[in-house]
Amino acid sequence: MTLPQDFWQGFRAGLPFLLVILPFGIVFGVVATEAGLNLSQTMGFSVFVIAGAAQFVAIQLMVENAPILIILATSLAVNLRMAMYSASLAPHLGPVPWWKRAVVAYFMVDQAYAASILKYEDSPQMPPRAKLAYYMGVITPVCPMWYVATYGGAVLGDVIPADLPIDFAVPITFLALIVPMLRSAAHVVAAVVSITGVLVFSFVPFNLGLLLAALLAMVAGAEVERRITKRNAG
Amino acid sequence: MTLTNPQIWLVILGLGAGSYLLRLSFLGIVGSRDLPEWLLRHLRYTAVAVMPGMITPMILFPAATGGAFDIVRMGAAIATIAISIWTRNSTLTIFGGAAVLFALHFLLAA
Repeated sequence: MTLPQDFWQGFRAGLPFLLVILPFGIVFGVVATEAGLNLSQTMGFSVFVIAGAAQFVAIQLMVENAPILIILATSLAVNLRMAMYSASLAPHLGPVPWWKRAVVAYFMVDQAYAASILKYEDSPQMPPRAKLAYYMGVITPVCPMWYVATYGGAVLGDVIPADLPIDFAVPITFLALIVPMLRSAAHVVAAVVSITGVLVFSFVPFNLGLLLAALLAMVAGAEVERRITKRNAG
Repeated sequence: MTLTNPQIWLVILGLGAGSYLLRLSFLGIVGSRDLPEWLLRHLRYTAVAVMPGMITPMILFPAATGGAFDIVRMGAAIATIAISIWTRNSTLTIFGGAAVLFALHFLLAA
């Protein structure tokens, strides 16, 4: 197996993700523009943050005039899963030079992680350099098109009439992401606690209610998982 | 939005730097690759813990209607969930949900 082969294999694995990345990026561009961000700020989000869900959370809280610290804390909470990806990829890509790992970290999006870890667990004998080539292959169609789609949406956002219910693109795209995630009882419990929590804590100032609800929901999901695992083991 | 331009850039760069550090965390320091199981268990639920809570008020009390219940948005949300369960395809779900949203918007606005 040569490196170019690994790269192109990854590239082919990454291609189908465009069906998600393109509409999601366009919607982000539209929503950010409608929220009042200029083109460079909208692009800044997609280039510097490069994480769709966290970007949407940040925009939504900015529109609600939440304090900056709350915006950062809540959006970063959405990205906590990246630390899990990082830990999970470390045994596979840890041996490659440091600067290459720094590049891998920048492009660590859900799709890159999902496709790569699937391949690594399938072919554990792959050398680290081949694993890196595969990873770079996956992100090659995905990440550049995220920027392009954002740009398209930002330009489109300027011409969309103001009376259209475009604000609702965010709940629709999020529902499309969340519903497939509800694959276990623990995930369902976490989602229910999140929804209930945000309604119960709606009186809490500075938009802290969402952060509180999310923390409770994480604990609830983890606890349900722990109990189910324990019951199945015992 | 009441944020000034420098404040908006502060959010963008702060979120970018924080996200990068989360991504680099364990890949950057290879020695400590084994996270405690209890921490991984919590991290698994971050997305599903934040996203439903974020969109719930947007569905029940949309800012665009001043917080009043809106049959167009509620109908689109229910349709989106149904399409997602039915098709199990996020692209079809996004397009289907948007189609229902705009269909209800134009039907009920007329």
